[in-house]
Amino acid sequence: MGLTGPTTVESLSPNWLTTRLDALVNWARANSLWPMPFGTACCAIEFMATAASRFDLARFGMERMAFSPRQADVLICAGRLPFKLAPVIRRIYDQMPQPKWVISMGACASTGGIFDTYAMVQGIDTVVPVDVYVPGCPPRPEGLLYGVLLLHKKIKGETLANGDLRREHPLGVTGLRLPPEAVDELSEPFGNSVHQTRSA
Amino acid sequence: MNPSVGALRERFGRRIGRAVVSCGDSVVYVDPAAIREVLRWLKETAGQQYNYLVDVTAVEYRDPERPLEVVYELFSLERRVPLRVKVELPKDGALELDSVVPVWRGADWLEREVYDMFGVTFRGHPDLRRILMWETYAEGYPLRKDFPLRGRFSRSEQVRQALNIHPEAHYSMEELSIADAYQDLPADVRERLSRGERGEVPEQPPESR
Repeated sequence: MGLTGPTTVESLSPNWLTTRLDALVNWARANSLWPMPFGTACCAIEFMATAASRFDLARFGMERMAFSPRQADVLICAGRLPFKLAPVIRRIYDQMPQPKWVISMGACASTGGIFDTYAMVQGIDTVVPVDVYVPGCPPRPEGLLYGVLLLHKKIKGETLANGDLRREHPLGVTGLRLPPEAVDELSEPFGNSVHQTRSA
Repeated sequence: MNPSVGALRERFGRRIGRAVVSCGDSVVYVDPAAIREVLRWLKETAGQQYNYLVDVTAVEYRDPERPLEVVYELFSLERRVPLRVKVELPKDGALELDSVVPVWRGADWLEREVYDMFGVTFRGHPDLRRILMWETYAEGYPLRKDFPLRGRFSRSEQVRQALNIHPEAHYSMEELSIADAYQDLPADVRERLSRGERGEVPEQPPESR
Protein backbone atom coordinates (compact mmCIF):
# COMPACT_ATOMS: atom_id res chain seq x y z
CA MET A 1 0.00 0.00 0.00
CA GLY A 2 3.02 2.28 -0.02
CA LEU A 3 2.87 2.90 3.70
CA THR A 4 6.15 3.73 5.28
CA GLY A 5 7.26 3.23 8.83
CA PRO A 6 6.19 0.62 11.28
CA THR A 7 2.62 -0.57 10.83
CA THR A 8 1.88 -0.97 14.46
CA VAL A 9 -1.59 -0.54 15.85
CA GLU A 10 -0.55 2.84 17.26
CA SER A 11 0.69 4.24 13.94
CA LEU A 12 -2.34 3.22 11.83
CA SER A 13 -4.77 6.10 11.37
CA PRO A 14 -8.02 5.83 13.25
CA ASN A 15 -11.29 6.00 11.32
CA TRP A 16 -11.58 9.75 11.36
CA LEU A 17 -9.67 12.72 10.14
CA THR A 18 -9.96 16.43 10.46
CA THR A 19 -10.54 18.76 7.50
CA ARG A 20 -12.72 21.61 6.48
CA LEU A 21 -16.15 20.46 5.35
CA ASP A 22 -15.91 22.74 2.29
CA ALA A 23 -12.63 21.18 1.25
CA LEU A 24 -14.04 17.66 1.53
CA VAL A 25 -17.29 18.42 -0.28
CA ASN A 26 -15.62 20.41 -3.04
CA TRP A 27 -12.97 17.74 -3.49
CA ALA A 28 -15.68 15.14 -3.98
CA ARG A 29 -17.73 17.30 -6.32
CA ALA A 30 -14.85 18.44 -8.48
CA ASN A 31 -13.47 14.97 -9.04
CA SER A 32 -16.67 13.23 -10.06
CA LEU A 33 -18.45 15.64 -12.38
CA TRP A 34 -21.06 13.96 -14.54
CA PRO A 35 -21.30 15.81 -17.85
CA MET A 36 -24.52 16.37 -19.73
CA PRO A 37 -23.26 16.58 -23.33
CA PHE A 38 -25.24 19.02 -25.44
CA GLY A 39 -23.43 18.64 -28.74
CA THR A 40 -24.85 20.49 -31.73
CA ALA A 41 -21.92 20.95 -34.11
CA CYS A 42 -18.25 20.30 -34.82
CA CYS A 43 -17.33 21.09 -31.19
CA ALA A 44 -19.14 17.89 -30.29
CA ILE A 45 -16.61 15.95 -32.40
CA GLU A 46 -13.78 17.45 -30.35
CA PHE A 47 -15.76 16.72 -27.22
CA MET A 48 -16.04 13.07 -28.24
CA ALA A 49 -12.29 13.02 -28.85
CA THR A 50 -11.82 14.46 -25.39
CA ALA A 51 -13.92 11.69 -23.91
CA ALA A 52 -12.17 8.95 -25.88
CA SER A 53 -9.03 7.08 -24.95
CA ARG A 54 -6.27 9.43 -26.14
CA PHE A 55 -7.35 12.43 -24.08
CA ASP A 56 -9.46 10.42 -21.66
CA LEU A 57 -11.89 12.54 -19.70
CA ALA A 58 -12.07 9.61 -17.27
CA ARG A 59 -8.82 10.86 -15.72
CA PHE A 60 -10.90 13.63 -14.17
CA GLY A 61 -13.82 11.45 -13.11
CA MET A 62 -15.97 12.60 -16.04
CA GLU A 63 -16.33 9.42 -18.07
CA ARG A 64 -19.91 8.94 -16.98
CA MET A 65 -21.96 10.85 -19.55
CA ALA A 66 -25.40 11.64 -18.23
CA PHE A 67 -27.91 11.63 -21.03
CA SER A 68 -30.57 12.40 -18.47
CA PRO A 69 -30.32 15.96 -17.17
CA ARG A 70 -31.58 14.83 -13.78
CA GLN A 71 -28.38 12.86 -13.22
CA ALA A 72 -25.92 15.45 -14.46
CA ASP A 73 -23.66 18.04 -12.83
CA VAL A 74 -22.14 19.94 -15.69
CA LEU A 75 -23.85 20.95 -18.91
CA ILE A 76 -21.36 21.14 -21.77
CA CYS A 77 -22.79 23.07 -24.70
CA ALA A 78 -20.55 21.97 -27.58
CA GLY A 79 -21.59 23.86 -30.68
CA ARG A 80 -23.83 26.58 -31.98
CA LEU A 81 -27.23 27.13 -30.44
CA PRO A 82 -30.04 28.17 -32.79
CA PHE A 83 -33.03 30.01 -31.35
CA LYS A 84 -35.13 26.93 -31.87
CA LEU A 85 -32.94 25.06 -29.36
CA ALA A 86 -32.90 27.88 -26.79
CA PRO A 87 -36.00 26.65 -24.91
CA VAL A 88 -34.58 23.11 -25.05
CA ILE A 89 -31.25 23.92 -23.40
CA ARG A 90 -33.08 26.12 -20.88
CA ARG A 91 -35.34 23.23 -19.95
CA ILE A 92 -32.41 20.84 -19.68
CA TYR A 93 -30.65 23.33 -17.42
CA ASP A 94 -33.76 23.76 -15.28
CA GLN A 95 -34.10 19.99 -14.94
CA MET A 96 -30.55 19.51 -13.70
CA PRO A 97 -30.39 19.29 -9.89
CA GLN A 98 -28.10 21.52 -7.88
CA PRO A 99 -25.15 21.70 -7.69
CA LYS A 100 -24.72 22.33 -11.42
CA TRP A 101 -22.30 24.10 -13.67
CA VAL A 102 -22.18 25.03 -17.36
CA ILE A 103 -19.26 24.95 -19.78
CA SER A 104 -19.69 26.89 -23.01
CA MET A 105 -17.44 25.13 -25.50
CA GLY A 106 -16.26 26.98 -28.59
CA ALA A 107 -16.80 30.33 -30.26
CA CYS A 108 -20.41 29.73 -31.35
CA ALA A 109 -21.71 28.64 -27.97
CA SER A 110 -19.90 31.52 -26.27
CA THR A 111 -20.69 34.37 -28.68
CA GLY A 112 -22.57 33.11 -31.73
CA GLY A 113 -19.23 32.95 -33.55
CA ILE A 114 -19.41 33.66 -37.26
CA PHE A 115 -23.18 33.13 -37.19
CA ASP A 116 -24.36 36.67 -36.50
CA THR A 117 -27.69 35.84 -38.14
CA TYR A 118 -31.42 35.71 -37.65
CA ALA A 119 -31.33 32.10 -36.50
CA MET A 120 -28.58 32.01 -33.88
CA VAL A 121 -28.37 32.72 -30.17
CA GLN A 122 -25.50 35.18 -29.65
CA GLY A 123 -23.92 33.35 -26.73
CA ILE A 124 -25.65 30.77 -24.55
CA ASP A 125 -25.17 33.03 -21.52
CA THR A 126 -28.27 34.89 -22.74
CA VAL A 127 -30.17 31.68 -21.99
CA VAL A 128 -28.37 29.89 -19.13
CA PRO A 129 -25.64 31.08 -16.73
CA VAL A 130 -22.16 29.96 -17.81
CA ASP A 131 -19.23 29.11 -15.54
CA VAL A 132 -16.40 28.46 -18.00
CA TYR A 133 -16.01 29.68 -21.59
CA VAL A 134 -13.65 27.62 -23.74
CA PRO A 135 -12.47 29.59 -26.80
CA GLY A 136 -11.61 27.97 -30.12
CA CYS A 137 -13.25 26.99 -33.37
CA PRO A 138 -13.46 24.24 -32.37
CA PRO A 139 -11.27 24.05 -29.27
CA ARG A 140 -8.78 21.22 -29.25
CA PRO A 141 -9.34 18.56 -26.60
CA GLU A 142 -6.52 20.07 -24.55
CA GLY A 143 -8.49 23.33 -24.57
CA LEU A 144 -11.60 21.65 -23.23
CA LEU A 145 -9.54 19.80 -20.61
CA TYR A 146 -8.05 23.12 -19.52
CA GLY A 147 -11.59 24.45 -19.20
CA VAL A 148 -12.54 21.44 -17.10
CA LEU A 149 -9.52 22.05 -14.84
CA LEU A 150 -10.54 25.70 -14.50
CA LEU A 151 -13.98 24.49 -13.46
CA HIS A 152 -12.32 22.22 -10.86
CA LYS A 153 -10.51 25.27 -9.56
CA LYS A 154 -13.74 27.23 -9.40
CA ILE A 155 -15.54 24.43 -7.59
CA LYS A 156 -12.76 24.09 -5.05
CA GLY A 157 -13.16 27.79 -4.23
CA GLU A 158 -16.86 27.46 -3.41
CA THR A 159 -18.20 27.41 0.12
CA LEU A 160 -21.33 25.94 1.62
CA ALA A 161 -21.67 29.10 3.68
CA ASN A 162 -22.69 31.01 0.56
CA GLY A 163 -26.39 30.30 0.30
CA ASP A 164 -26.78 32.27 -2.92
CA LEU A 165 -24.47 30.00 -4.84
CA ARG A 166 -26.95 27.16 -5.28
CA ARG A 167 -30.11 29.21 -5.66
CA GLU A 168 -32.21 28.67 -8.76
CA HIS A 169 -32.81 31.69 -10.97
CA PRO A 170 -35.91 31.08 -13.09
CA LEU A 171 -36.57 33.38 -16.02
CA GLY A 172 -37.95 36.69 -14.83
CA VAL A 173 -41.04 38.62 -15.82
CA THR A 174 -39.32 39.79 -19.00
CA GLY A 175 -38.88 36.17 -20.04
CA LEU A 176 -35.15 36.80 -20.23
CA ARG A 177 -32.21 35.91 -18.02
CA LEU A 178 -30.36 39.16 -18.69
CA PRO A 179 -31.66 42.74 -19.00
CA PRO A 180 -32.94 43.31 -22.58
CA GLU A 181 -30.38 46.10 -23.15
CA ALA A 182 -27.55 43.71 -22.40
CA VAL A 183 -28.83 41.21 -24.95
CA ASP A 184 -29.31 43.91 -27.61
CA GLU A 185 -25.71 45.04 -27.21
CA LEU A 186 -24.42 41.64 -28.24
CA SER A 187 -25.07 42.15 -31.93
CA GLU A 188 -23.87 45.64 -32.77
CA PRO A 189 -22.51 46.28 -36.27
CA PHE A 190 -19.23 44.70 -37.27
CA GLY A 191 -17.69 43.05 -40.30
CA ASN A 192 -19.79 42.72 -43.41
CA SER A 193 -22.98 43.17 -41.45
CA VAL A 194 -22.48 46.93 -41.04
CA HIS A 195 -24.97 47.75 -43.77
CA GLN A 196 -27.64 45.46 -42.44
CA THR A 197 -30.49 47.43 -40.99
CA ARG A 198 -33.59 46.30 -39.22
CA SER A 199 -36.87 47.16 -40.85
CA ALA A 200 -38.83 46.89 -37.62
CA MET B 1 -31.03 19.71 -74.80
CA ASN B 2 -33.06 17.02 -73.09
CA PRO B 3 -35.56 15.53 -75.64
CA SER B 4 -38.26 15.70 -72.97
CA VAL B 5 -38.42 19.45 -73.59
CA GLY B 6 -39.58 18.87 -77.16
CA ALA B 7 -42.10 16.31 -75.99
CA LEU B 8 -43.42 18.81 -73.44
CA ARG B 9 -43.86 21.47 -76.13
CA GLU B 10 -45.71 19.00 -78.30
CA ARG B 11 -48.03 18.03 -75.46
CA PHE B 12 -48.57 21.37 -73.66
CA GLY B 13 -47.90 23.93 -76.41
CA ARG B 14 -47.69 27.50 -75.18
CA ARG B 15 -47.79 26.58 -71.51
CA ILE B 16 -44.15 25.62 -71.86
CA GLY B 17 -41.89 28.65 -71.83
CA ARG B 18 -38.28 29.01 -72.81
CA ALA B 19 -35.75 26.25 -72.29
CA VAL B 20 -32.02 26.65 -71.73
CA VAL B 21 -29.02 24.43 -71.17
CA SER B 22 -27.04 25.53 -68.15
CA CYS B 23 -23.78 23.76 -67.26
CA GLY B 24 -24.98 20.75 -69.23
CA ASP B 25 -28.37 20.58 -67.48
CA SER B 26 -31.61 21.20 -69.33
CA VAL B 27 -33.84 23.79 -67.68
CA VAL B 28 -37.39 24.28 -68.87
CA TYR B 29 -39.74 27.06 -67.73
CA VAL B 30 -43.41 26.20 -67.25
CA ASP B 31 -46.57 28.26 -66.79
CA PRO B 32 -47.26 28.35 -63.01
CA ALA B 33 -50.92 27.45 -63.55
CA ALA B 34 -49.95 24.20 -65.28
CA ILE B 35 -47.15 23.03 -63.02
CA ARG B 36 -48.93 20.11 -61.34
CA GLU B 37 -50.33 18.84 -64.62
CA VAL B 38 -46.95 19.08 -66.35
CA LEU B 39 -45.09 17.35 -63.54
CA ARG B 40 -47.68 14.60 -63.32
CA TRP B 41 -47.35 14.05 -67.05
CA LEU B 42 -43.55 13.92 -66.76
CA LYS B 43 -43.81 11.39 -63.98
CA GLU B 44 -46.44 9.08 -65.42
CA THR B 45 -45.89 9.11 -69.17
CA ALA B 46 -44.05 6.16 -70.67
CA GLY B 47 -40.81 7.39 -72.17
CA GLN B 48 -40.51 10.21 -69.60
CA GLN B 49 -40.74 8.40 -66.24
CA TYR B 50 -39.32 11.19 -64.11
CA ASN B 51 -40.37 9.27 -61.03
CA TYR B 52 -37.97 10.80 -58.53
CA LEU B 53 -38.48 14.35 -57.25
CA VAL B 54 -34.98 15.17 -56.05
CA ASP B 55 -35.71 18.60 -54.63
CA VAL B 56 -38.08 21.52 -54.59
CA THR B 57 -36.44 24.85 -53.90
CA ALA B 58 -36.71 28.50 -54.86
CA VAL B 59 -34.43 31.30 -56.01
CA GLU B 60 -34.82 35.04 -55.57
CA TYR B 61 -32.45 37.16 -57.61
CA ARG B 62 -30.92 40.41 -56.49
CA ASP B 63 -32.46 42.22 -59.47
CA PRO B 64 -35.86 43.35 -58.11
CA GLU B 65 -37.45 43.11 -61.56
CA ARG B 66 -36.76 39.41 -61.92
CA PRO B 67 -39.47 37.07 -60.69
CA LEU B 68 -39.00 34.55 -57.94
CA GLU B 69 -38.33 31.08 -59.34
CA VAL B 70 -39.50 27.82 -57.87
CA VAL B 71 -37.28 24.95 -59.01
CA TYR B 72 -38.22 21.29 -59.34
CA GLU B 73 -35.31 18.90 -59.77
CA LEU B 74 -36.52 15.72 -61.43
CA PHE B 75 -34.70 12.49 -62.10
CA SER B 76 -35.76 9.37 -63.95
CA LEU B 77 -34.41 6.38 -62.08
CA GLU B 78 -35.23 4.05 -65.01
CA ARG B 79 -33.65 6.16 -67.71
CA ARG B 80 -31.05 7.90 -65.51
CA VAL B 81 -31.90 11.31 -66.94
CA PRO B 82 -32.24 14.53 -64.95
CA LEU B 83 -34.51 17.45 -65.81
CA ARG B 84 -34.90 20.81 -64.09
CA VAL B 85 -38.33 22.44 -64.27
CA LYS B 86 -38.82 26.04 -63.19
CA VAL B 87 -41.80 28.31 -62.71
CA GLU B 88 -41.58 32.08 -62.43
CA LEU B 89 -43.72 33.90 -59.87
CA PRO B 90 -43.80 37.71 -60.28
CA LYS B 91 -43.00 39.32 -56.94
CA ASP B 92 -45.89 41.79 -57.11
CA GLY B 93 -48.41 38.98 -57.50
CA ALA B 94 -49.56 36.34 -55.07
CA LEU B 95 -46.80 33.80 -54.46
CA GLU B 96 -49.10 30.82 -54.92
CA LEU B 97 -48.62 27.53 -56.67
CA ASP B 98 -50.36 24.17 -56.86
CA SER B 99 -48.81 21.65 -54.51
CA VAL B 100 -47.29 18.54 -56.08
CA VAL B 101 -47.80 16.42 -52.95
CA PRO B 102 -50.62 14.56 -54.76
CA VAL B 103 -47.99 13.52 -57.33
CA TRP B 104 -45.05 12.83 -55.01
CA ARG B 105 -45.68 12.30 -51.29
CA GLY B 106 -42.06 13.25 -50.75
CA ALA B 107 -42.78 16.82 -51.82
CA ASP B 108 -44.45 17.44 -48.45
CA TRP B 109 -41.43 18.64 -46.46
CA LEU B 110 -39.71 20.14 -49.51
CA GLU B 111 -42.66 22.45 -50.13
CA ARG B 112 -42.88 23.26 -46.43
CA GLU B 113 -39.26 24.39 -46.57
CA VAL B 114 -39.92 26.63 -49.58
CA TYR B 115 -42.93 28.06 -47.75
CA ASP B 116 -40.88 28.62 -44.59
CA MET B 117 -37.92 30.29 -46.30
CA PHE B 118 -39.58 32.13 -49.22
CA GLY B 119 -43.25 32.48 -48.34
CA VAL B 120 -44.55 30.62 -51.39
CA THR B 121 -47.99 29.18 -50.61
CA PHE B 122 -48.73 25.76 -52.06
CA ARG B 123 -52.41 25.22 -52.78
CA GLY B 124 -53.63 21.79 -51.78
CA HIS B 125 -50.68 20.98 -49.51
CA PRO B 126 -51.97 18.73 -46.70
CA ASP B 127 -50.03 20.39 -43.88
CA LEU B 128 -48.42 23.68 -44.88
CA ARG B 129 -46.53 24.77 -41.75
CA ARG B 130 -43.07 26.14 -41.17
CA ILE B 131 -40.51 23.38 -40.94
CA LEU B 132 -37.13 24.92 -40.04
CA MET B 133 -38.20 27.98 -38.09
CA TRP B 134 -40.65 27.44 -35.25
CA GLU B 135 -44.30 27.80 -36.16
CA THR B 136 -44.98 31.04 -34.31
CA TYR B 137 -41.99 32.71 -36.00
CA ALA B 138 -43.20 36.20 -36.91
CA GLU B 139 -40.25 37.91 -38.56
CA GLY B 140 -40.98 36.91 -42.14
CA TYR B 141 -39.30 34.66 -44.67
CA PRO B 142 -35.53 34.48 -44.03
CA LEU B 143 -34.25 33.73 -47.53
CA ARG B 144 -36.07 36.64 -49.19
CA LYS B 145 -33.75 39.38 -50.37
CA ASP B 146 -35.56 42.04 -48.32
CA PHE B 147 -35.00 40.08 -45.12
CA PRO B 148 -32.20 41.58 -42.95
CA LEU B 149 -29.44 39.09 -42.14
CA ARG B 150 -30.03 39.42 -38.41
CA GLY B 151 -33.82 39.31 -38.62
CA ARG B 152 -36.33 42.07 -38.02
CA PHE B 153 -36.64 42.03 -34.24
CA SER B 154 -34.09 43.16 -31.69
CA ARG B 155 -31.84 40.49 -30.20
CA SER B 156 -33.60 40.66 -26.83
CA GLU B 157 -37.00 40.23 -28.48
CA GLN B 158 -35.70 37.28 -30.48
CA VAL B 159 -34.33 35.58 -27.35
CA ARG B 160 -37.54 36.32 -25.46
CA GLN B 161 -39.72 34.85 -28.19
CA ALA B 162 -37.44 31.85 -28.60
CA LEU B 163 -37.51 31.07 -24.88
CA ASN B 164 -41.29 31.20 -24.95
CA ILE B 165 -41.62 28.49 -27.59
CA HIS B 166 -43.04 25.36 -26.09
CA PRO B 167 -40.64 22.76 -27.46
CA GLU B 168 -43.22 19.99 -27.54
CA ALA B 169 -46.29 21.98 -28.51
CA HIS B 170 -46.37 21.15 -32.21
CA TYR B 171 -44.87 17.70 -32.25
CA SER B 172 -47.10 15.67 -29.99
CA MET B 173 -46.51 11.96 -29.58
CA GLU B 174 -49.63 11.37 -31.69
CA GLU B 175 -48.08 13.29 -34.54
CA LEU B 176 -44.83 11.40 -34.29
CA SER B 177 -46.52 8.02 -33.99
CA ILE B 178 -47.11 5.71 -36.90
CA ALA B 179 -50.82 5.34 -36.12
CA ASP B 180 -52.01 7.99 -38.56
CA ALA B 181 -50.08 6.55 -41.46
CA TYR B 182 -51.15 2.99 -40.78
CA GLN B 183 -53.69 2.81 -43.60
CA ASP B 184 -51.14 4.09 -46.09
CA LEU B 185 -48.57 1.40 -45.33
CA PRO B 186 -47.97 -1.43 -47.82
CA ALA B 187 -50.07 -4.53 -47.17
CA ASP B 188 -47.16 -6.70 -46.06
CA VAL B 189 -46.00 -4.12 -43.54
CA ARG B 190 -49.54 -3.83 -42.16
CA GLU B 191 -49.69 -7.59 -41.87
CA ARG B 192 -46.39 -7.72 -39.99
CA LEU B 193 -47.50 -4.92 -37.69
CA SER B 194 -50.84 -6.57 -36.99
CA ARG B 195 -49.00 -9.71 -35.93
CA GLY B 196 -47.46 -7.52 -33.29
CA GLU B 197 -43.99 -7.59 -34.76
CA ARG B 198 -43.37 -4.04 -33.57
CA GLY B 199 -45.46 -2.34 -30.96
CA GLU B 200 -49.23 -1.95 -30.95
CA VAL B 201 -51.42 -0.87 -33.82
CA PRO B 202 -54.89 0.64 -33.56
CA GLU B 203 -57.82 -1.72 -34.11
CA GLN B 204 -59.76 0.96 -35.96
CA PRO B 205 -58.31 3.56 -38.26
CA PRO B 206 -58.25 6.96 -36.52
CA GLU B 207 -61.40 9.08 -36.75
CA SER B 208 -59.69 11.76 -38.77
CA ARG B 209 -59.14 9.60 -41.80
